[in-house]
Amino acid sequence: MLTVTDAVVRYGTIEALHGISFDVQQGEIVALLGANGAGKSTTLRMVSGLHAPASGSIIYEGRDITKVKAHEFVSMGISHVPEGRRVFPQMTVEENLEMGAFRRSGPLRDDIEEIYVQFPILKERRKQPGVNLSGGEQQMLAIGRALMSKPRLLLLDEPSMGLAPMIVETIFSIIGQIRDAGTTVFVVEQNATQALRLADRGYVMENGRIVFGDTAKNLLTDPRVRAVYLGESVEGE
Amino acid sequence: MGFEHFWLSGFDQIHTAFWTYLAVGLQNGAVYAMIAVGYTLVYGVLGLINFAHGEVFMCGGFAGVFLTRDILGDRTGTGWGSVALVLAGIAIGALVSALVAIGVEQAAYRPLRRRHAPKLAFLISAIGASYFLQTLAGKEFGYGVNIFPGQVFEPGQVMFTLFGTTIHTITVVSIIAAIVMLVVADRIVRATRLGRGIRAVSQDAETSSLMGVNIDRTITITFILGGALAGAAGFLYSLQSGMVQNAGTEIGIYAFTAAVLGGIGNLRGAALGGLFIGLFGSFSVPFAFEGNVQWTEIYTFLILVLVLIIRPTGILGERSGRTA
Repeated sequence: MLTVTDAVVRYGTIEALHGISFDVQQGEIVALLGANGAGKSTTLRMVSGLHAPASGSIIYEGRDITKVKAHEFVSMGISHVPEGRRVFPQMTVEENLEMGAFRRSGPLRDDIEEIYVQFPILKERRKQPGVNLSGGEQQMLAIGRALMSKPRLLLLDEPSMGLAPMIVETIFSIIGQIRDAGTTVFVVEQNATQALRLADRGYVMENGRIVFGDTAKNLLTDPRVRAVYLGESVEGE
Repeated sequence: MGFEHFWLSGFDQIHTAFWTYLAVGLQNGAVYAMIAVGYTLVYGVLGLINFAHGEVFMCGGFAGVFLTRDILGDRTGTGWGSVALVLAGIAIGALVSALVAIGVEQAAYRPLRRRHAPKLAFLISAIGASYFLQTLAGKEFGYGVNIFPGQVFEPGQVMFTLFGTTIHTITVVSIIAAIVMLVVADRIVRATRLGRGIRAVSQDAETSSLMGVNIDRTITITFILGGALAGAAGFLYSLQSGMVQNAGTEIGIYAFTAAVLGGIGNLRGAALGGLFIGLFGSFSVPFAFEGNVQWTEIYTFLILVLVLIIRPTGILGERSGRTA
């Protein structure tokens, strides 16, 4: 579904990603793991057009999307839940959800109600501006907003960041439901164990490189993953 | 003349001519409000003050001036002809200013945005665009030469008398036109998909692009909206006062002040601020020392400073002050 080959990303003169390659198959949950500053968010921002790669290619559903602009991604079925939630602070919960369907025409009522079924708390808070929501509620809103575009590929950037363990459980079970409903998920996480319990496959990043990838099952028992999870450097790197 | 006497005589004048001061204040306020909306909308999406916006207003004014002169020549408009001319003047002023605003955005801002230039570069670029337009207008129409439009209304034409005060047609027309255009602008921003895009970009540009909002297009639309309002204001202003190549500086500063007073980034705040500055300027005329109306400017900016000390984000401003 998504194939990235030798992608290099630069911020000015600094090279943030040194030629990374990975792929996501339809129906999978793929986790991208790594310590802070390893390049996970940069990778996700590249995949959703926020930061174009200097070289390399991104193929999505057989189409080269390397040069496609960020605002066109959502129409192609790719939806990105950004790091830190980024709900629109002065828009109500409902307006935020409507923003998620910005590129779709036609009535949204049924779709909004569907999101409310999945996230009942959002219905209670529908008239509240986004800035008044708790972190967990904002994360649910950000995910609900992304689902409003009816994506085929959902990109999630650190969905557990700053949330209480109970809420993290809820968010991860929702991510599982989203995949079961037919949406492919590519998730960036620091919380490696949690992510790998849910994912089918995973990749581990370090210093702007993907150092290895494997099935989630194998990664969970891999000593190198334990090292990353504990924030230690990988042997031999 | 004692100080006490000075104040009393000021209030006496307001007492005797209250409706005249009110009408003048509303008319000026309408113009400021329409320009202020452009400052505030552009601030919302770009996070910077478009210092060439006063010149956008000026260009629309000249367009209206020459339109009416071409049509009317030495004649004076009458009846429905006047109404049609006012509407045409508003339309042509709005159109020309919208085009100028697009030009300013494309030439002065877009290249800097592409290169992620610092805010200061935008400021310099804006001042450059402002001087360019002022000088260009000066070259074409004369420096400091006030050019009057054709007589859409007879000079000083009275529409009706209110409590013994004559209310001029131009005052009524300006106020009605301003209300209609401001309400339409408010509806566009609050209740349409376009407006939702503008508000989204104002609150979080990057995230709005993830929602499928085309940021460049949204910014262009914002300049068009603000430019059209400023151009209409330029025509209405010139009907009364004529247009001069450097009018954008003074009127622009008043309108900018209005936008800050109302809470920069807030459309309704800008309209309210414009109205307030217009009224305050008008009602402070009787308190000008030795009849020198420059004092009204001092009073106006004193009020601005006082309001900002009490409410740093302006009357309707939010914490961040960045909501369209």
